[in-house]
Amino acid sequence: MTFASFFSITAMLLILGLFFIVVVNVNMVAENAKKQFDTIQVYLLEDTSEESVNQMIDKLEGMEQVTKAEYLSKEDALNEFKVKWGDKAYLLDGLSKNPLPNSIRIKLNDIEKAEAVVEKAKTFEGIEDIRYYQSTVDKLIHITDLIKIGASVIIVFLVVISVVVVSNTVKLTVLAREREISIMKYVGATNWFIRGPFLVEGIIIGFFSAGIAVALVAILYKKVLTLFSQDAFLLFSTSMVPEAFLVKNLVVIFMALGISIGAIGSIISMRRFLDT
Amino acid sequence: MIIFDHVTKSYGSNMGIEDVSVRIDKGDFVFLVGPSGAGKSTFIKLILKEIEADKGSIRVNGTELRNLSNREIPKLRRSIGIVFQDFRLLPKKTVRENVAFAMEILHISSRTVRRNVPQVLNLMGISSKMEKYPHELSAGEQQRVAIARAVINNPTVLIADEPTGNLDPDTAWEIMQLLDQINRRGTTIVMVTHAKDIVDRMGKRVIAIDKGKIVRDDRGGAYGVYEEEAALAALLRGGGVFDSHDI
Ligand SMILES: Nc1ncnc2c1ncn2[C@@H]1O[C@H](COP(=O)(O)OP(=O)(O)OP(=O)(O)O)[C@@H](O)[C@H]1O
Ligand SMILES: [Mg+2]
Repeated sequence: MTFASFFSITAMLLILGLFFIVVVNVNMVAENAKKQFDTIQVYLLEDTSEESVNQMIDKLEGMEQVTKAEYLSKEDALNEFKVKWGDKAYLLDGLSKNPLPNSIRIKLNDIEKAEAVVEKAKTFEGIEDIRYYQSTVDKLIHITDLIKIGASVIIVFLVVISVVVVSNTVKLTVLAREREISIMKYVGATNWFIRGPFLVEGIIIGFFSAGIAVALVAILYKKVLTLFSQDAFLLFSTSMVPEAFLVKNLVVIFMALGISIGAIGSIISMRRFLDT
Repeated sequence: MIIFDHVTKSYGSNMGIEDVSVRIDKGDFVFLVGPSGAGKSTFIKLILKEIEADKGSIRVNGTELRNLSNREIPKLRRSIGIVFQDFRLLPKKTVRENVAFAMEILHISSRTVRRNVPQVLNLMGISSKMEKYPHELSAGEQQRVAIARAVINNPTVLIADEPTGNLDPDTAWEIMQLLDQINRRGTTIVMVTHAKDIVDRMGKRVIAIDKGKIVRDDRGGAYGVYEEEAALAALLRGGGVFDSHDI
């Protein structure tokens, strides 16, 4: 019986852990994206003069939607990539020629107001292209919201199922001890006195289930991180939640969930034995 | 003190007890007799509020049971000691632990528990079995443990539902001596039994129930007219239906 409860809580937490990983990472990616995408990048033609660049910057900074506009040389742009890629930066050393253009980077106070700034920038001479990501950001926010809602629904569902499973398995234990319980009641034990040991058992089962589930999820996540830090997935892994952070949160969440499921499950299962 | 006032309890179409009025005073020793299915266990379950009366009023030590909430039932049961035919000891606890348990639920200090338990076991004549488990004891010894558990908290009432039903005559008589001793210290005793010889020999108050009604209430009475049915019941029960191991 104990094993069945233990198994069902652990399994539930494991599935929950997988959803948790997805949710926090989607969230992280979305946040990063929003931060990255509240800029408009104006790519400049190679031969645009410094003077006209300064004029553009002045005009842009004059706009109320713009927090800051600054010139970014193509060398600086490449260096930024090198810093961002960290120990994988050697991959960039293979480039025979810097593929990036000089640019003006415009920081907006609100990504929603990008349109006006873009219209303005389009009127400038000597620009090659304008990059901005409003629709991408919109889509991203929409998708992450959907994922979060979906995951929450599934998580609630899982918790309910595991409470039911646990209370049923505990009920079998209680049934096996029904006689013992009835004796205790004849002697005058209060319901809490009788519940006590079962409650403690439920809590201990929840505690160990949570421990095992955290360990398994942590191991799994480490594997995923290792896999994603391979070169092919490089861009992906740089914005993934670090393992330590994830585990720290999982410990708190799983312990709270595991213990309450164990406790609530055992209380529910005893209700019918204790009502007289 | 136990007072039944026009109490009726039926189980669907089965009549448990019907319009029973009776008064059992503090210090009484009462035998409850009657054929199988007469309503004796029903009477006892009502006192413990294991079941509730359909009609009438039941008072135990001044408390109207109808007004007792479920939360207050444990308190009622602590003022009543109870002993069963099948002993009902906790199988995984030793003799000492079984008796101590009844004190622990009252949150009595462990010092007092350690002092009182051996005293009571000594009174019951089983102090040498203190660390044994129920299945290591004879039926008579198990019943002594059950009685020790029932009286350790000095209940005002001791209820016994066929306490000698599983015992041979000599052992049964020893248990009766024990109950008599407890009664003489002031505890009210209500005992259900089919054992005619015991009832006759003790010469206590006898309340006879038949088909849910009190048909006789004699002080210093004898078992009475239910002999044949009682003999049949005893025969049916004698085959060790309740084995002390299946607790
Ligand atoms: N839980 C129940 N559900 C339905 N009927 C019941 C229930 N308990 C008792 N009865 C019926 O109530 C009547 C009285 O039962 P009770 O157990 O009080 O008899 P008793 O005098 O204790 O008999 P015995 O000497 O065999 O123990 C019987 O007809 C019995 O079948
Ligand atoms: Mg009976």
